[in-house]
Amino acid sequence: MTPSTTHLGKDLVGLEPLSGDQIRSILDTAEPFKEISERAIKKVPVLRGKTIVNLFFEPSTRTRVSFEFAEKRLSADTVNISSSGSSVVKGETLVDTARNLEAMKIDMVVMRHGSSGAAKFLAERIPSNVINAGDGRHEHPTQGLLDMLTIRDHRGRIDGLKVCIVGDVLHSRVARSNIYGLLKLGAEVAVCGPRTLLPVGIEELGVHVFRRVEEAIEWADVLNILRLQLERMEGGYVPSLREYNRVFGVSRARLAAASREILILHPGPMNRGVEIDSDVADGPHSVILNQVTNGVAVRMAVLYLLAGGRPESAEAAKTGGEA
Amino acid sequence: METEHLTPIMDETAVQRALARMAREIVERHGGTEGLVLMGIRRRGDHLAELIRREIMAAEGTDVPTGALDITLYRDDLHTVGPMPVVGETQLPPGGIQGATVVLVDDVLYTGRTVRAALNELMDYGRPARVLLCVLADREGREVPIQADVVGRHIEWVGDQVVEVRVPELDGRLAVELVTPTEENA
Repeated sequence: MTPSTTHLGKDLVGLEPLSGDQIRSILDTAEPFKEISERAIKKVPVLRGKTIVNLFFEPSTRTRVSFEFAEKRLSADTVNISSSGSSVVKGETLVDTARNLEAMKIDMVVMRHGSSGAAKFLAERIPSNVINAGDGRHEHPTQGLLDMLTIRDHRGRIDGLKVCIVGDVLHSRVARSNIYGLLKLGAEVAVCGPRTLLPVGIEELGVHVFRRVEEAIEWADVLNILRLQLERMEGGYVPSLREYNRVFGVSRARLAAASREILILHPGPMNRGVEIDSDVADGPHSVILNQVTNGVAVRMAVLYLLAGGRPESAEAAKTGGEA
Repeated sequence: METEHLTPIMDETAVQRALARMAREIVERHGGTEGLVLMGIRRRGDHLAELIRREIMAAEGTDVPTGALDITLYRDDLHTVGPMPVVGETQLPPGGIQGATVVLVDDVLYTGRTVRAALNELMDYGRPARVLLCVLADREGREVPIQADVVGRHIEWVGDQVVEVRVPELDGRLAVELVTPTEENA
């Protein structure tokens, strides 16, 4: 076995730097990990003795819990640190926080941070594996991966599918990770949303732009509907939530006009009645809860693959190890 | 790879005869087929388990539930192997393994570490009444105290040569061979 092109290296900062083969290898690795969460004893010993710090500088329930389940089901020891009540609020810098953690002998850091580029910054400064759990408006790679795994589960492929990301693309790291990942796996990608919430020059990434959600629905095989952050209204990006729902909300009536069945994804948490109507969220083509289930499997796969990414162990990689 | 030196130990006929005998031994040791489950260890033991299932079917007329175990996540050497090996899927037979006599089937028993991993994984799926170990080739070199119950062929000390079992699905033939490692795959 050659240290192949699918090897991830030390960190997962985003999907932009990865190749299609690397992304496919993560998705393929996630498949056998799904089964572990179905067992009576939901635990395998593969990361026994590894210490993982979940460093969350922004509030998160779903992502943090999903990572924690993934870590615990692989038998790692975990510590959670959130910004409130930590030394971060006392003015400690990110690197100092991480170095102090490293001094206590840790192996991996899962980090969410409000600043774009924070994960890369940290990854370049500490020897532990760093996994980006969302950094500013940059990327949220494990969300992109679980979205792709869910699409592949339900459509059997990603290559050639038309995926439209609807909503607040401007502020969305989920959108960016989806765009990078989906394009590398051969999907056609579009975005749709109010002009104020689409980044200028988004077409340069290789995506189509729809101004009307009806057009997006007519075009797409898959809709990934983003959460409209309620504070966007106060920021003046949209006139009102009701107005947003009327123009861009994905409703059953709008979907009924489509010529094909459209798979519905949403990264959560949902604003029912704003970006998505309840009868769509709970409808037959919604795979929103499958996304949550797949999130644990994808994160297990990433943790597993990165645990083998220490440079000092790369030499020993040549022995295939059939005992 | 093309230059490696092969010495045949068992050809297809010899392997078939051994599997037929092993199938009979399994049924004899268990006292029938009721409550018997075969679990093959990937990536070759599962193919052998399937062949043994067919032998039992032919001899006894009963279909023994058969599954496959992927032990990758239970290996004791993952921290030393660098890039992580590909993880395969474990498939339990429909009735599970709780209370069953589970026959672990593997191709080669060598260090015993794979079987140690398989036993730990098996226990995470339930509590079998009894576990038997069945291997096609049993070579010397144990590093943990594990012995087989049903054996196809004992292989005397062969130094640093590798005992390889070939199965049709992966290798295009059914055989046991002795391979002298070349520089490339050493």
